[in-house]
Amino acid sequence: MNRLDKLENKSVHILRETYANFQNMCMLWSIGKDSTVLLWLARKAFFGHVPFPLVHIDTHYKIPEMIEYRDRLALEWNLDMVYGENKDALDKKITFPDGNATHIECCRLLKTAALRNTLNGEWPRYRMNHTKRVYEVDSNTEPYTGVIVGVRADEEGSRSKERYFSPRDRNNDWDVGDQPPEFWGQFKTDFAPGTHLRIHPLLDWTELDVWEYIKRENIPTVSLYYDQGQGKRYRSLGCYPCTFSVDSDAKNVDDIIRELKTGKFANIAERSGRAQDKEDGGGLEELRKGGYM
Amino acid sequence: MYDGFTKAKFPISITKDAIINKLITLIKIMKRKVFGMANSEFSFNEQDSMRKQDMNIVIVGHVDHGKSTVIGRLLADTHSLPEGKLEQVKETCRRNSKPFEYAFLLDALKDEQSQGITIDTARCFFKTELRNYIIIDAPGHIEFLKNMITGASRAEAALLVIDANEGVQENSRRHGYMLSMLGIKQVCVLVNKMDLTEYNERSFRRIERQYRRFLKRIDVEPTCFIPISAMQGDNIANHSKRMPWYEGMNVLKVLDTFENEELPEDKPFRMPVQDVYKFTKGGDNRRIIAGTIETGRISVGDEVVFYPSGKITNIKSIEAFNSDAKESIGAGWACGFTMQKQIYVTRGEIMCLTKELKPKTTGRMHVNLFWLGKNPLVKDKTYHLKLGTAKVGVQLEEVQSVMDASNLVGKKREQVERNEVAECILSLDKHIAFDLMGDIAKTSRFVIVDDYEISGGGIVIQDMQDETSWVRDKVLMRNYKWIGSEINAEMRALKYNHKAKLIFITGAKDSPRKVLGRALEKELFNEGKLVYYLGIGSVVYGVDADLMEKKMLVHSRKEHIRRLTEVAHIMLDAGMLFIMSARELNANDLDVIRTGIPDEKIFVIWIGEEKATDIPVTMHIKDPLDMEESVKLIREQIGI
Ligand SMILES: Nc1nc2c(ncn2[C@@H]2O[C@H](COP(=O)(O)OP(=O)(O)O)[C@@H](O)[C@H]2O)c(=O)[nH]1
Repeated sequence: MNRLDKLENKSVHILRETYANFQNMCMLWSIGKDSTVLLWLARKAFFGHVPFPLVHIDTHYKIPEMIEYRDRLALEWNLDMVYGENKDALDKKITFPDGNATHIECCRLLKTAALRNTLNGEWPRYRMNHTKRVYEVDSNTEPYTGVIVGVRADEEGSRSKERYFSPRDRNNDWDVGDQPPEFWGQFKTDFAPGTHLRIHPLLDWTELDVWEYIKRENIPTVSLYYDQGQGKRYRSLGCYPCTFSVDSDAKNVDDIIRELKTGKFANIAERSGRAQDKEDGGGLEELRKGGYM
Repeated sequence: MYDGFTKAKFPISITKDAIINKLITLIKIMKRKVFGMANSEFSFNEQDSMRKQDMNIVIVGHVDHGKSTVIGRLLADTHSLPEGKLEQVKETCRRNSKPFEYAFLLDALKDEQSQGITIDTARCFFKTELRNYIIIDAPGHIEFLKNMITGASRAEAALLVIDANEGVQENSRRHGYMLSMLGIKQVCVLVNKMDLTEYNERSFRRIERQYRRFLKRIDVEPTCFIPISAMQGDNIANHSKRMPWYEGMNVLKVLDTFENEELPEDKPFRMPVQDVYKFTKGGDNRRIIAGTIETGRISVGDEVVFYPSGKITNIKSIEAFNSDAKESIGAGWACGFTMQKQIYVTRGEIMCLTKELKPKTTGRMHVNLFWLGKNPLVKDKTYHLKLGTAKVGVQLEEVQSVMDASNLVGKKREQVERNEVAECILSLDKHIAFDLMGDIAKTSRFVIVDDYEISGGGIVIQDMQDETSWVRDKVLMRNYKWIGSEINAEMRALKYNHKAKLIFITGAKDSPRKVLGRALEKELFNEGKLVYYLGIGSVVYGVDADLMEKKMLVHSRKEHIRRLTEVAHIMLDAGMLFIMSARELNANDLDVIRTGIPDEKIFVIWIGEEKATDIPVTMHIKDPLDMEESVKLIREQIGI
């Protein structure tokens, strides 16, 4: 069994544990490579099916190609696709691109608040109707109690001490100092009313593992990750006003793997192309406690 | 594998060392291969040979014995620190006129990692020529035992640090004990701060002797003892000239002799059933039994048996998505199977091979456990026990002894406090399948959930008889020998438009059980359901004739209930809604019934004002006189 097999088996096991233990669960799908690998692993775990909804938080500032790709795969793979948004902030234009909010405020509104209220069912959820091929307001407004998320421990510091099953309280808060013990493949699957669990099947994966797996499994990815001839590509995807490309001539998965291995990016954090990480000291940690990813 | 080496493009700056390292790695891999130690799936494609093996190791020890200093040294001596970090930390020390400590390196890294937020297990990375190591720094403080366990359970090997000057301390022993409970077999003991004892061999040997004796008592065979000075760098990456009397390996060399965990394919086959899937979308009609194989190996065609139910079938196929069909599969794989004969099994059972060692199935067990909960583990409270994928209610029946992990002295106590280790008897609400620690460690380990939190963990050392052991043996044999038919439960349910259910109506002596049973039967019958009512009186003179003749019935209530259960089991197998009535059924009776019939098919209805026995019920109808109303209530409750 090689490294990728080991990682795959562990993730599949965790996905099945989640499915067996949670009634109302979902998987967050940011359209990025990590959560797409996660989606693929779900198809592995459930033999080609994905027996729970995929939730996407649409900031409406995503690069259009991402949304096209989302809906194409949703139809092709017969996914139970749901999205949520912060309609109020968008209507009132309280966003960074509109010049009415800082990066962090904008993230808090369009991502953190939208996520919290989509997960707890307080704001409308839009669900794909596969026959009509349109999104309709979802009648299920029950809070999701098990939320599968594609974070990796190697992404940055605050994620390196997550658990596979990590509790969040009523306000989505994460008590970093007092986390449940996790051993012998037994996870925290019991939770008090009003709380929920984040499940992290990709915790042990690295960026390189993700790309090697994409290659091995031939998983479709958005072309934004590849250089289209301008010597630039995205290493991590987000909203277009706040995500910057990196200099790279990696044109395909093989090129990216080579680039990661030879060390061009070995010492540069993956998310360094994202503005919100820099703005204040513990940016991501803050957003994270608030429930962003 | 050579392809990986020759094809890969190395940067121009490749050094001689790097090439030598590469070769050493290749030689080690070849050695593994030649000596047959590598498992069969070890693949030699470009990816693998480009990447070294990984190994998680945990470092434990009493506070201040020098863990952080050892880690700092390991990072520095293997050149695994970020560029300029060493100089930067030294410079900070100089500016604050503090003496430089290797432990500061770790603090600096941790701060970076955690942005100063929390105390938890931290991970550091360093490389040797053979491997990439992830070193998990488990907090030494007793309050963080929970985190130490989380960290250590992810490790394949451990370094345990003891201060040469202070000698073996409470936590040195406690941590040793925890490592053995967690099943970490590769343990190297570092006797640190040898510089403080003038590198004296006698003090090293004394600690070695003393600690070895302790480890022996808990069945741990340490890989080795190394005298080191983390501060001075003795025997970490070099062979110290200051201790010529020590002829063993240094720390880095010992790490490289540790073996990556082998997948236990040579043990009997065990797969806890995670779920049974039937996703019908897109016309998929596979019924797949899914789980992760803990031990052993299995092939298409093999005869398998599920415990605790004892049901038997054969493997028809090994299912997978986007990968080639496999004929056989082994430990470590998260997989799924279709079966030749359809049988009813659920999450929590363990799939085994009929030709191999059977697991134990009972509801009482003798265990060793450690307790992490904020509240003590007490009697007369129901917790949940999770073992494999089974989850059942559990009570503490007896504390045989609470062990002071630091001196192995046992004390008789009534409860188990936080961070204590104890030998106990546990009593489960329902029997489950498991193995003994001595047979198969993986399926002998369990955790205990208090409220919503995992609050303890343990291993089963012995199975014990419970109240229903005698019935269970018979039920196992019945299932083992059961002659299946072409028509399975799902097909029957589809045909009759309902699943099989046992509805047991019970109550005090003059409660209208029979009337209600008959009324329910009649209504369901008129709607075309497959239903049958049986009163207990109809059984005793036929099925129980032998007991009646010998006037044994009163004394053999259990046997009588067992027979009822067998009758009910046949009716349920036929797909029936089976209604029975009996006077004052109690919890013991229900235990017997549950041994023979899956819980989810049983519905107990108590009728009458007072519930006169301890039986747990599905519903209690206090005023059953309005038959029509009662029938309606029952149907609503059960969903028929
Ligand atoms: N003399 C001497 N002191 C040491 C050695 N290793 C660690 N120390 C000191 O022991 C103290 C505790 O070490 P530290 O690594 O922080 O211990 P930890 O609590 O186990 O992580 C520090 O003051 C270290 O400088 C050693 O080999 N020799």
